Amino acid sequence: MVRKVLGWITFVMVLTATYLVFLWVPNEKVMGPVQKIFYFHVASAWIGFLAFFVVFIAGIAYLVTRNSFWDSVGAASAEIGVMFTTIVLITGPIWARSAWNAWWTWDPRLTTTLVLWFIYVAYLLIRSSVHEQEKKSRFSAVFGIVGFIDVPIVWFSIRWWRTIHPVVVDSSGLAMSSKMSFTLIFSVAAFTFLYFYLLSNSVFVERMRSELSELKEALLNR
Amino acid sequence: MRYFAQVRALLWKDLVSELRTKEMVSSMLIFSFLVTVVFSFAFEPDSDTIKQVFPGIIWAAFIFTGILGLNRSFINEKGNDCIMGLMSAAVDKGVIFLGKMTGNFIFMTVMEAITLPVLFVLFDYRMKGSPILLIIVVVLGTLGFAAIGTFLSALSVNTSNSEVLLPIILFPLITPLLIAAVKATAVILAGGEFAEWSNWLTILLAYDIIFTVIPWFLVDYVLEV
Amino acid sequence: MLKAENITKKIGNTTILHGIDLNIAGGEFITVFGPNGAGKSTLLKILSMLMKPSSGNLTINGVNALKDTARVRGSVGVISHRTFLYDNLTAEENLEFYGRMYGIDNLRDRVTEVLSEVGLELAFNDPVRIFSRGMQQRLAIARAILHRPEILFLDEPYTGLDQQAVEILNSVLARLSIKDRTVFMITHNFEQGLDLSDRILIINKGRLAFTEKAKGFTPDKLKKVYMEVLGGAVS
Repeated sequence: MVRKVLGWITFVMVLTATYLVFLWVPNEKVMGPVQKIFYFHVASAWIGFLAFFVVFIAGIAYLVTRNSFWDSVGAASAEIGVMFTTIVLITGPIWARSAWNAWWTWDPRLTTTLVLWFIYVAYLLIRSSVHEQEKKSRFSAVFGIVGFIDVPIVWFSIRWWRTIHPVVVDSSGLAMSSKMSFTLIFSVAAFTFLYFYLLSNSVFVERMRSELSELKEALLNR
Repeated sequence: MRYFAQVRALLWKDLVSELRTKEMVSSMLIFSFLVTVVFSFAFEPDSDTIKQVFPGIIWAAFIFTGILGLNRSFINEKGNDCIMGLMSAAVDKGVIFLGKMTGNFIFMTVMEAITLPVLFVLFDYRMKGSPILLIIVVVLGTLGFAAIGTFLSALSVNTSNSEVLLPIILFPLITPLLIAAVKATAVILAGGEFAEWSNWLTILLAYDIIFTVIPWFLVDYVLEV
Repeated sequence: MLKAENITKKIGNTTILHGIDLNIAGGEFITVFGPNGAGKSTLLKILSMLMKPSSGNLTINGVNALKDTARVRGSVGVISHRTFLYDNLTAEENLEFYGRMYGIDNLRDRVTEVLSEVGLELAFNDPVRIFSRGMQQRLAIARAILHRPEILFLDEPYTGLDQQAVEILNSVLARLSIKDRTVFMITHNFEQGLDLSDRILIINKGRLAFTEKAKGFTPDKLKKVYMEVLGGAVS
């Protein structure tokens, strides 16, 4: 029931966000329509960080409670996070090409996102290399915690690393009209709903799967 | 204290075993020489470029070689299920982490102590800064690498494709360590001022502390049966 | 001596042990039988503190073994069909390492003592790598009794041993049990299992299916009981 309501809200929000981005908000003067990718790019980046934070919290919760629910949450969130970070890494260069005239720059934000992507792909690889369910949950919970703690250190070291070179790019100076900022905030909200909808769906599927295996086991033991 | 007596016993066991076979250190040394030679083929050894990428070459050689040692670290314990015996005797699983980490640190330091001078000779590099500072950077970098590496090696040894998995899960996490170590080495080799390298040393130190303490807490969950 | 209450172990969605209660008196020799996958080894690992149960209590010598594990580790020794020995180290070095881990006083003397107890005093300086399976298993026994544990856990110690090695293992075990040592042994071998045993347990599907004094049992009678217990559970 809750998932259904969440699904409809998400549907309407994403639809509205698409309308706002493509038809309502004015084009940016210098870059033109390409700039619109920015609304999805920023929203995806936000979902990535949120998802990885959830992996961290779910990891701690799993190790404390040993409830496989938290493992399902962590696994689902990592998958969604990697997906959205991939979107960030694809939309980033498209934006960068027209904004900075280069596909890629080793700017702190981009580089940190790339390292983040590697960390959580590693998380998913750990899950696929362990076959015993309990060990898989334990290892990935541990890695989810260590990986997240690493993120701020990665960020600081990359920022210091890059500031030694002259600063070529500065995206904070972007002037946004009120319509633009409204669209941005709205699409971030829409993506957040999308995240929770996807999360609840994967967790639901995972729950059904484990319920099924419990029933099978009960039948075998009869 | 009982705790550290156990760490020492574990370390003693690993060192004796290594001294007997010399398997790990000798293969690490050969490998690090090979990496060095590969680099000199990849870049023109006499050019100015080499002077610029020299700090990077040092750390690339150390880290690729370090992975070899880390991969072996827990495999010896799995042979006769020794890890079980170890866990039945150790007061705490942190003992196993600290003992193994110290062992890996020592093996890597031995390899580095031999590789580093060879690198200087082969690339005819003359350093302007203080050798003591360089040693401090190498030690701090190796310490952090051994800490998180030992921890992830304990994790990966229990998976189906451990030797491939370890570098994939380790490299993203050591990004800050690698950046800080290479930068600090570059500044110190060029004879830079305190203000130029102090930040990097702070990162190295912070990384070492964080990634020794947190794995030490979490190792209980990794080595659970 | 050892008291286990309502020991339950779940791994993922599978329940391996369903609330096992067990009291082991000091000096008792308990032999455990059961089919593969019944949960015998899991129970042994939990009782020897190698594994934590999902729920339940474990008391060893009046100490809560789940909380104060470090205090009672020294009272427990484990022998499995895996030896826990380092191939590159000599027999003596292996024992010395474990001795240091347990913090044994007068380690040198104690090592010599246990080596002669298992008949390996002449092989002390040979690396374990060149030992036969039987010799390795004897050294594994020496390792397990090195720190004078009060309870000895044996997980299928006869697996992969030749006849001669079985006899040596038996004589060592017999000597041990005389010295008032508590033993908890898992085996598939009805003859070997009965010889020394005071009490018999049969575990099936994670439950204690049968427990009886060993007196008056012959291997044949035990086999019959075993089949009945398992058969009863299948229908």
